Amino acid sequence: MERDDLIVNDSYALNNTHSEEQGVEIRKKIVKVTVLLSVITAIEVGLGIMIKQGTTLWPVVKWSFIVMTLIKAFYIVAVFMHLGDERKSLRYVIILPYALFIAYLLFIGITESNYLNDIWLRFKP
Amino acid sequence: MASEATQAVDSSTLWGGGRSPFSVSYGKMMMWFFLVSDALTFSGLLVAYGYARHAYTGDWPIGEQVFYSLPFLSGKYPLIYVALMTFILIISSVTMVLAVEAGHRKDDRGVIKWLGWTIVGGFFFLGSQAWEWSHFIHGTAGYILTPDNAKYYLTEEIPQGMVAADVADFGLIANKGAEDETRITGQRAVEIYNTKTIHVQGANMTINEYGPPQYGNFFFFITGFHGFHVFSGVVINIIIFMQVLKGVYRRRGHYEMVEKTGLYWHFVDLVWVFVFTFFYLI
Repeated sequence: MERDDLIVNDSYALNNTHSEEQGVEIRKKIVKVTVLLSVITAIEVGLGIMIKQGTTLWPVVKWSFIVMTLIKAFYIVAVFMHLGDERKSLRYVIILPYALFIAYLLFIGITESNYLNDIWLRFKP
Repeated sequence: MASEATQAVDSSTLWGGGRSPFSVSYGKMMMWFFLVSDALTFSGLLVAYGYARHAYTGDWPIGEQVFYSLPFLSGKYPLIYVALMTFILIISSVTMVLAVEAGHRKDDRGVIKWLGWTIVGGFFFLGSQAWEWSHFIHGTAGYILTPDNAKYYLTEEIPQGMVAADVADFGLIANKGAEDETRITGQRAVEIYNTKTIHVQGANMTINEYGPPQYGNFFFFITGFHGFHVFSGVVINIIIFMQVLKGVYRRRGHYEMVEKTGLYWHFVDLVWVFVFTFFYLI
């Protein structure tokens, strides 16, 4: 297990500045993520135009949209907001409570709305 | 990277005060906590949208059939404009992270250059959104309802100051999207049009031509709330930009303010990534 009493990476601390070499390194990473985000967005738009809703392929495309969105979100949070470079304890304090609430909200929202849809269809005049 | 990289810290010092156990400053941690709460708000809105859509038993509008216009062009370009907006916001997020990176090297000129471009990107996005709202509100040819509650979509838009009979090729589409979809043209179409009880064009808070009223309401609320975040982000960026110009952070010895506004700006981009998927694509 990762030890939390070690200051693993304090390069973003207030009293720390980055050297030119570190800058080059970080900029390389930024360019990589930029290309990735642009390519994913282009794929999403291409698929959205080509595959129509209601076709047999649509459910696959829909889920691939959700997966691609989560990949984009991961890279924005981990690299652009450099949460990936923060300490493990901070990462969990940010991500876990949020993920728990949203997992619950999604579950309850989908269950209840499907039920309502069912009832309305059944008792439609 | 850091000189103290492998140094173990006694946990009584770590959690007993004197030093941030998360190794971040108070301001940055509070910015993260604020972003978590804001993320919960936006997630609530998107889940509410999904709830309304799932529960609705009719046809919910499809993004690519509502948003297909480009400024100055008349053809159909589904999703291209929204994709452009997404791209503008991603690029402004990149320039922001470059400004933060320059700040860590105490490179004034770099911060000024990249923060400047970020502000420009923010204005571009806001302008795009204004155009899209205007287009959504004014709408296309729209549909009419007749006294027997039948719905007919217009094939041609009726220009201001003209009546249906003046429009060349004026036509109506009955039972649009169904098996027995029929097209009515000529004198008959004009007669039906003149019996209309209402002509719905574009969108407002109570009715819209695209689908159920909730669709318009969610569009206005979600993209509006996001647009408001972009607007406040641009304002904060401008304030920080002026501080950098005045050399406040050079004297302070660190550019953490740029980093904190950067966190907010990336968050705005992050929200748009989700709005783009769940409102426009799916």
